[in-house]
Amino acid sequence: MTQAQTPDTVQGIGHSRKRVEDARFLQGRGNFIDDLKLPGMLHLSIVRSPYAHARIKSINTDRAMATPGVLAVITGETLKQFNVHNMPTLMSDTQMVLPVDTVKYQYQEVAGVLATDRYTAADGVAAVDVEYDPLPAVVDPKKALEPGAPKVRDDKPSNQIWHWEWGDEQKTEQAFNQAEVTVAEDIYIPRIHVSSIETCGCVAQWDPVDKHLTLWMTTQAPHAIRTVVALVTAHLGLSEEKIRVISPDIGGGFGGKVPVYPGYVIAVAASIVTGKPVKWIENRTENLAADSFARDYHMHVELAGQTDGTLTALRINTIADHGYTDAAANPSKFPAGLFHICTGSYNLKDAFVEVDGVYTNKPPGGIAYRCSFRVTEAVHAIERMADVMAHTIGMDPAEFRMKNFIKPEQFPYKSALGWEYDSGNYGAALRKAMDMVGYEDLRREQAEKRARGELMGIGISSFTEIVGAGPSKDFDILGIKMFDSCEIRVHPTGKAIARFGTKSQGQAHETTYAQIIAEELGIPSDHIKVEEGDTDTAPYGLGTYASRSTPTAGAAASIASRKIRDKAKKIAAHLLEAAEEDLVWERGKFYVKGSPDRFKTIQDIAFAAYTNHPQGMEAGLEAVDYYDPPNLTYPFGSYICVVDIDRGTGAVKVRRFVAVDDCGVRINPMVVEGQIHGGLAMGFAPALLEEIIYDENGNLLTPNFMDYLLPTAVETPRWETGETVTPSPHHPIGAKGVGESATVGAPAAIANAVVDALWHLGVRNIDIPITPPKVWALLNQYGVAVEE
Amino acid sequence: MNTHKITMTVNGQTVEADVEPRMLLVHFLREKLNLTGTHIGCDTTSCGACTVQLNGTPVKSCTVLAVQADGGVVNTVEGLAQNGQYHPIQEGFREMHGLQCGFCTPGMMITAVSLLEQNPDPTEDEIRWGISGNLCRCTGYVNIVKAIQYAGEKMRAQNAVPQANAEVHP
Repeated sequence: MTQAQTPDTVQGIGHSRKRVEDARFLQGRGNFIDDLKLPGMLHLSIVRSPYAHARIKSINTDRAMATPGVLAVITGETLKQFNVHNMPTLMSDTQMVLPVDTVKYQYQEVAGVLATDRYTAADGVAAVDVEYDPLPAVVDPKKALEPGAPKVRDDKPSNQIWHWEWGDEQKTEQAFNQAEVTVAEDIYIPRIHVSSIETCGCVAQWDPVDKHLTLWMTTQAPHAIRTVVALVTAHLGLSEEKIRVISPDIGGGFGGKVPVYPGYVIAVAASIVTGKPVKWIENRTENLAADSFARDYHMHVELAGQTDGTLTALRINTIADHGYTDAAANPSKFPAGLFHICTGSYNLKDAFVEVDGVYTNKPPGGIAYRCSFRVTEAVHAIERMADVMAHTIGMDPAEFRMKNFIKPEQFPYKSALGWEYDSGNYGAALRKAMDMVGYEDLRREQAEKRARGELMGIGISSFTEIVGAGPSKDFDILGIKMFDSCEIRVHPTGKAIARFGTKSQGQAHETTYAQIIAEELGIPSDHIKVEEGDTDTAPYGLGTYASRSTPTAGAAASIASRKIRDKAKKIAAHLLEAAEEDLVWERGKFYVKGSPDRFKTIQDIAFAAYTNHPQGMEAGLEAVDYYDPPNLTYPFGSYICVVDIDRGTGAVKVRRFVAVDDCGVRINPMVVEGQIHGGLAMGFAPALLEEIIYDENGNLLTPNFMDYLLPTAVETPRWETGETVTPSPHHPIGAKGVGESATVGAPAAIANAVVDALWHLGVRNIDIPITPPKVWALLNQYGVAVEE
Repeated sequence: MNTHKITMTVNGQTVEADVEPRMLLVHFLREKLNLTGTHIGCDTTSCGACTVQLNGTPVKSCTVLAVQADGGVVNTVEGLAQNGQYHPIQEGFREMHGLQCGFCTPGMMITAVSLLEQNPDPTEDEIRWGISGNLCRCTGYVNIVKAIQYAGEKMRAQNAVPQANAEVHP
């Protein structure tokens, strides 16, 4: 437990402070994008392609323009006049805003219709007549790499986007040659979609007199968006000081609101063309069919070790389906994200990993599912294979993990693939999870049940996360270093406002950031207003995703507070007529060493900063910090899942799910717990339910929530959570970040539990989502299905 | 396009408007009445973000035409707090950390209130089934269930002995 050091009146770190943001949401007074209404606002609706690959023969807008209330139809040709029909992706590829000749995936944007209201805009969309000449589509990335496959991109030499590899191939090969045991599996992690309950949208307002653009937008990274807009529209006369991006309340982000989607750009163009505010709001099908996806990794994973259970080497070969353009929102240097964290929690001496990025006729994306840049794929590979190895050599999977964990005394630990893990105690977390779930009893129960023919499985996932991107020497997005920021101004009455370069989408920044400052300065959290999301007022930052807010902006809050404390000390010395070195800080006040009754509170000092500051010192009490983390942080945990399998239906029932997380120091235990609950649900979902599916012609078969199955309260397990606390040694308050841990760690625990239940039959791997039909087929294959 | 004059009682206020027959109730509430607390999440009656009470029954207002609600009584999230005091369900969501991004919350609370009005002391399973038409992507549901249990307890106590609610937090 993180023990709170501050009283309830201050509510610093460790308090389960109730959330500040709840009041507006509970009363229907949130400020989400579709709630915004401006005078004269037009609505944009988008015509989309019915084909996965087709040449556009013609776009006839006559009927649409004849529809009362329709004001304009914007096509690729319209945008081409201004050279904004294409835009660069974060991975320096090219994405169409609107096509001028071909469409590359089903539901791709083809034209934008502007009308006086959303109903009329929909009428207009239905009245745009597009003639297509269908072309052969390639949907499977393995087929896309075969000779003679349809070529997705005319401007590229082949369907292979890039080849990336990491690690020592030869040494790894040697380790495999010398191994007593090797295991290998093909593991596919399917395409999934983040599906925050609020879809994406924006309101663009161009002021033709001031040449000023205000863009309210569902974005997790408003500052980066402002710079990108300035860079890609400079030739049109837009200038960064006249671009204001405002990210209002966000109804869930999870990475899906990091990319720039064509709809945003069309809305901006439409506002500039018409001189009126333009609103664009996706419907659910557009969101599922065109917005950034996640995963879609076809992995071949091999593990080498000794018969005593010692792991020696890991090798992974991956084909990564990126859709028609490489628009994964990765840091620039990392085309496969942080996939090379794949050695996980284990003391592996050698590893080699390679990934081929491939174009297909599907929408672009790649990492948007609460996943810290491909860490879920990495964790799934190593945790699944750890179980395969343990079972193969006949060792209990828990014992096997304990044997191979990086030991506490090995930290900071340099992994075979070059990461420096900051801190960890993996054995303690697993032992705690085992105690909570009653592991040994469950194994006995499983043996008894197996003897009776009942199928019960226990799955473990002891994951290591890698978050807090990141140190400027390695981490940038389009060249912008991945620092983050906090600016604090203490007012004369001792209250404060703090602004950040990040943007909450439900993570409770308004609540928790204030607690960090309260801890550092002794100003009660209730007296600290937190603001984010307005680029005109907040300091520059790279935004909230990949569990980076606490490691970066949270650290900035600490450091900015300490800068304020440094100045406060000088003012206190002046007020107390004492030497600075004679002053002692006790949370919320400075007192004179040896005379604790001679003190000035932070509130006294704040008042003096504006009314009685020392001669020669600047007035005011404020500070800003742009925090460049010295290293990433490595949260971790151990999850144990218990499943029962219905031999009559193939249904998997998660009976227990115990999650022990270690995210370092917990700023607000209630909020951390909430993050873990939500993350677990988003780990459970792809393990058992969710998959974005295309047919061989590229038709999307899961374009709505009737076919793409988000978990409801009924099937979602009753999470049981526990914690260990291993602070990050390099973070100012020892915190590591937690938003994505559970999503990263949970799927492998569930998959391992199901395979554990079926291993004795011969099952070695089942690709997620583990649906009843898949299990039913296996039960039949191994002759254990029961006709009910 | 033709319009129809409709009248309904929304959160205790009588409202009248001319609407196109195709206008959905959710758009009527959000765009004509500016009651933007009711949200839209899916268009297929799957997510429940748009849930409101119509004549005492929870409905997904993206699948009800405004004209179908003509003459009806509609309650939305904006009507939950009364006289500056939170409804027990609002208090429960706050106390139990039953919300994160807040987008599904209004619909979830309306469904929960409807459930508790019909079944004042539901089991956990009944609560989970009761909200199974409302999707939440943030919370993993555990704390939503607790919030509803909290509200149920409070509502049962209130029905037994009249008692003041918590104050609305500004």
